[in-house]
Amino acid sequence: MAQITYREALNQAMREEMLRDDNVYIIGEEVGEYGGAYKVTQGLFDEFGGKRVVDTPISEEGIAGVGIGSAMVGLRPIIEMMTVNFSLLAIDQIVNHGSKLRYMSGGQLQIAAVIRAPQGAGLQLGAQHSNSLESWYAHVPGLKVVCPGTPADAKGLLKSSIRDGNLVIFLENEAIYGSKGEVPEGEYLTPLGKADIKRPGKDVTIITYSRMLTLVMKAAEQLSGEGVDVEVVDLMTIRPMDTETVVNSVKKTHKAIIVEEDWRSFGTGGEIAAILQERAFDYLDAPVMRVASEEVPMPYSKPLEQLALPQVDKIVSAAKQIVGDG
Amino acid sequence: MAIEQSKIFEKADILEMHRTMVLIRLFEERAMEMYTKGKIGGFLHLYIGQEAVGVGFISALREDDYVVGAYREHGQCIARGTDPKYVMAELYGKSTGISKGKGGSMHMFDVRRGFMGGHGIVGGGMPLAAGIGFAIKYRETDQVCVCFFGDGAVNEGAFHEAMNMVSLWKLPVIYVLENNFYGMGTAVYRASSIPDLIRRVCSYDIEREQVDGMDVLAVRKCAERTIQRAREDKEPRFVEAITYRYKGHSISDPGNYRTKEEIEEWRKRDPITRIENYLRENGMAADDEIKRVYDEVAAQIQGAVDFAEESPFPPPEALYEDVYA
Repeated sequence: MAQITYREALNQAMREEMLRDDNVYIIGEEVGEYGGAYKVTQGLFDEFGGKRVVDTPISEEGIAGVGIGSAMVGLRPIIEMMTVNFSLLAIDQIVNHGSKLRYMSGGQLQIAAVIRAPQGAGLQLGAQHSNSLESWYAHVPGLKVVCPGTPADAKGLLKSSIRDGNLVIFLENEAIYGSKGEVPEGEYLTPLGKADIKRPGKDVTIITYSRMLTLVMKAAEQLSGEGVDVEVVDLMTIRPMDTETVVNSVKKTHKAIIVEEDWRSFGTGGEIAAILQERAFDYLDAPVMRVASEEVPMPYSKPLEQLALPQVDKIVSAAKQIVGDG
Repeated sequence: MAIEQSKIFEKADILEMHRTMVLIRLFEERAMEMYTKGKIGGFLHLYIGQEAVGVGFISALREDDYVVGAYREHGQCIARGTDPKYVMAELYGKSTGISKGKGGSMHMFDVRRGFMGGHGIVGGGMPLAAGIGFAIKYRETDQVCVCFFGDGAVNEGAFHEAMNMVSLWKLPVIYVLENNFYGMGTAVYRASSIPDLIRRVCSYDIEREQVDGMDVLAVRKCAERTIQRAREDKEPRFVEAITYRYKGHSISDPGNYRTKEEIEEWRKRDPITRIENYLRENGMAADDEIKRVYDEVAAQIQGAVDFAEESPFPPPEALYEDVYA
């Protein structure tokens, strides 16, 4: 298997799907001639031309609306929001239109579209460019939300998202575009709505996704040296969530920690904690813990930003605490 | 132009437009009645007074064209050919409704006829219509999309983003502004820096024209012309139809912001009365023939109400249907 970057894996996925289906096209700011603000669409404009790799004005609501409108009549757009932060300008089209059109029309419409957006913090981009919004979108019935953490999953999940037939919010993490991993060549699909046990273990389950997966794997490695055997569940899809895998893992380990880059309150971690008390209450040997970002707009200054974000040592100490509690 | 004119003024076409306007008028009056009887819930935005705009434009379309409406769209859906009984059943929230009772007054969809909603957010349909225009261009067909919206939408960001994109990319979308002079209760001059709304699109270099939206023949003529031109050159068009709604913004609006005199003044220009005068004056229909249209339409509306009354509500299992594909 080839070692390629997360960025290259996404690019491969789009290229393969565009070759497979003429209805698939890319639309967004700087996706064409410029090659993508994060170079994810690099080379595709040269290969497919401006008809299928469409540069737009800076008009996020318009971009989302055009993409969703074209999906109403059967095209399959890949709508790139330069960053998830700017998707807030498009949220009316996403939430009030895209997510509801199928339902409101009594099933007459299908919105087969993907909205790709990089998100996340850690690059000192300041408060307006460091949001993680998976919980916002995952709150909405009618949307699917995908957050890949490895190059292989990025490719397999993006290909599945493009073929899915629903409006999929595909959230990439901009801090790991350059990270490398083994990615199967050719046709490679990862199903939506399925979590993946990235590391089996017996003492504690850590549920995570996206960039936090890397931190959790490091923490698990470190903990293993200290006699704590961590099972790592990578959600990959936030909605619909594979609660089966999460619940079964916790039934086995009896302890759960959720690690997310998003703010702690009202988020994915809280949702999982609720699911666990509903479906695995009798199996829990300790309160469910959350390791998440501090409740502040992201500061610019590097030490402050790092302080605000989950870190390996925070995960390690949470795991030690929960194991001690057990 | 000469050929176009003669085609527009064919008697059968005019009679058909007249009948459709009467159908919409009586449908809306009946919907209002059934709302007050508690049969219909939610909001109810009536098209009474504006019938000529929807009918004039939609009657000029081909079957494979698209229509995007806003939330005053019952009449446009009916003008597109949807049987009123499915529209009435939708208002009743019945499973036989055109959107299976899931949409309601603001969300009529008849995708088979290219009627693409039914959108309840002011201006929200405008980028979607641009997207449909984008798909038409992508597939290189000669279809067009007509998008209706109100004067309130002109102040939304979605309007300006859509205008810029359809002009920039040359998409075959005809945007029809139904200027009824009030965005809910706020008069246009209180909301728009330029009350002459057609000037708000000057910066987008889109061919534009104004039409008397109370004159169905004028609207139809304008529609034939703009649709044909958009079909040929694949470029967007902008039409401002000057019109008026006789009722409040929605059924709960008593309309205290308008004078009785103003409403009466507009009623004198009633689009249905006007076309009936035209029919009589040109020997196309006598009083008894016009009356017969009303009788037949009234029976049709009664049939629609009966259908809605007799239809079942959606079963509980419908609740989770069609959230996802």
